[in-house]
Amino acid sequence: MNAVKIFRSRHYKIADVYTPYAVHGLERALGMKRSRLPWITFLLGITGAGLKVWFEYWTTMVDWPINVGGKPWDSLPAFVPVTFEVMVLLAGISTVLVFFGVARLYPGKRTKLVSPAVTDKDFVMVIDEEDATFDPEFVRNLLFDLHAIDVQERLTEETGK
Amino acid sequence: MLDTFTLRRMPLIQGNKTPATVTDDISGLIGQKPSGLWYGAIVLSFSMLIVGVAAASYLIATGIGTWGLNNTVGWAFDITNFVFWIGIGHAGTLISAVLFLLRQRWRTSVNRAAEAMTIFAVICAGLFPVLHMGRPWLAYWMLPYPNTRGSLWVNFRSPLVWDFFAISTYFLISLTFWYVGMIPDLATLRDRAKSKIKRWLYGFFSLGWDGSYKTWLRYETVYLLLAGLATPLVISVHTIVSWDFATSVIPGWHTTIFPPYFVAGAIFSGMAMVLTLMLIARKTMRLEDYITVRHIDAMSKLLILTGSMVGLAYATEFFVAMYSGNPYEEFVFMNRASGPLAWAYWIMVSCNLGSPQLLWFRKIRHSFVGVFIISIFVNVGMWFERFVIIVTSLHRDYLPSNWSNYTPSLVEIALLVGSFGLFFTLFLLFCRFLPVVSMSEVKGVLHIGHHHKGSTDERTSDGRDIPQRERHHERGKNIPVSSL
Repeated sequence: MNAVKIFRSRHYKIADVYTPYAVHGLERALGMKRSRLPWITFLLGITGAGLKVWFEYWTTMVDWPINVGGKPWDSLPAFVPVTFEVMVLLAGISTVLVFFGVARLYPGKRTKLVSPAVTDKDFVMVIDEEDATFDPEFVRNLLFDLHAIDVQERLTEETGK
Repeated sequence: MLDTFTLRRMPLIQGNKTPATVTDDISGLIGQKPSGLWYGAIVLSFSMLIVGVAAASYLIATGIGTWGLNNTVGWAFDITNFVFWIGIGHAGTLISAVLFLLRQRWRTSVNRAAEAMTIFAVICAGLFPVLHMGRPWLAYWMLPYPNTRGSLWVNFRSPLVWDFFAISTYFLISLTFWYVGMIPDLATLRDRAKSKIKRWLYGFFSLGWDGSYKTWLRYETVYLLLAGLATPLVISVHTIVSWDFATSVIPGWHTTIFPPYFVAGAIFSGMAMVLTLMLIARKTMRLEDYITVRHIDAMSKLLILTGSMVGLAYATEFFVAMYSGNPYEEFVFMNRASGPLAWAYWIMVSCNLGSPQLLWFRKIRHSFVGVFIISIFVNVGMWFERFVIIVTSLHRDYLPSNWSNYTPSLVEIALLVGSFGLFFTLFLLFCRFLPVVSMSEVKGVLHIGHHHKGSTDERTSDGRDIPQRERHHERGKNIPVSSL
């Protein structure tokens, strides 16, 4: 995390960081914005609930009204439980689907890992090298000073472990 | 361990683990040949499952007449089992969602197994109402779909329809929560898999996870959202289950205390089942370092809390019945405590109110055998709670000429045995093929990269120990600046 802070303060462009678990606080060090997913969940939940209330009224009052035990046609309190469940169901499932979409996760996707042990123990920081002033040797030393285990240069990316 | 004065000092995870050893320990469980104990357990639970399948086939072929139900007692074993299993599931969601929102870090070792337990328990629970329908092949009629019966819609005013929606939503959300939580671990397994089939299977289900922090950030948001949705959901599910009873006009059921009483009871029974399973898994799968005395201690305290809430509910319920001035209410409660089924009532009271109180003693809380025995007592007690609520409220109704008693038939007992068989078979298979402990979450609570004594440095990912890690951090901060 230190390495990220130092590199950011020196205006290196960090393409991404690869970690085996969610390191808390790293998003601030990387200057990432908060995800907008909660808004999507909120909207979908409201949509689900709204549609369900409409559906309950339509089926019990309009399409085929059946008098069960003399209960009033407009029995909103009795519609609340199912509305709530459908809201949770729609919001939950579709949030996950939207997440899979934006994070481009899908079954059968072929992954090229930056390091074979990134899902096990390795922390990898990828630095974009676009600038002419980029000094690989300096970066290498800086990274080793920060106790990096290995620094690799790759054609499209430089990888610091 | 028992002599340690404060609990704070006890590590959550023992054995000075690094991310690498966590991966080795947990993924190693999947690769290795299972112990003889595992084989013994799967043979036993699978035989129980076969008994259940045989009973269910006979039931479907013959009809509900094979059960011990009569005109007076229309609900008994099946609904007892249904409420019992649903309740078991609730502790899993409590651990995975509620404790996540409360930032309880001890949940990381047990949440995966607890969520698995939830899913398997809901599967067991769902079977009973379906079998009770008499024509289970028409169970899909519960869905409000346009149909050829004039588009006859389901009755949205009925608590049984609410229940159908609650249970299905609960199952789907729990499954999603479990699966989403497992994706990073599945990726770990994919990257360690030796055989081609395993690599393909774990690869398929890990959806191409590559550990990118951008994805992690969104993933954490999704996890938080799901936890936020699952928390009110779990409360709503057992509330709705209790409405199956509370919206009726049967004395003993028709009471406003039911929703909180049922929710507390559900978490209580589920927590006992988590303890039972975790203590077995801890021993048989050598998870001693991951499920430590701190986890058992925390869960035992939750058992005292929820057990006392349940006890309070018993007392309140009884008091209100006596105070109501309603002779039918009074009669039902007096009949519960002193009628022909009084033995069941007192088993319920002693197991649920009595046995968890022993956990006030630290010695018992820290004795794994003691906690295990108490958890079994609670499981038994909570099954009897549902039996008492259902059968004693029904068997002596307004007209003494209607009174009857209830004895379960062999088919009903076989179905109960079968549901336990199904539950344990699924759980044992889960232990064999999926990571029992959430690796990515346990790695997050190892104190790596934090300034705490006794933990290891984030760069010693190969397992090397750097003792003076705090100094290392200082160096990490200073050297590059001075080398400018």
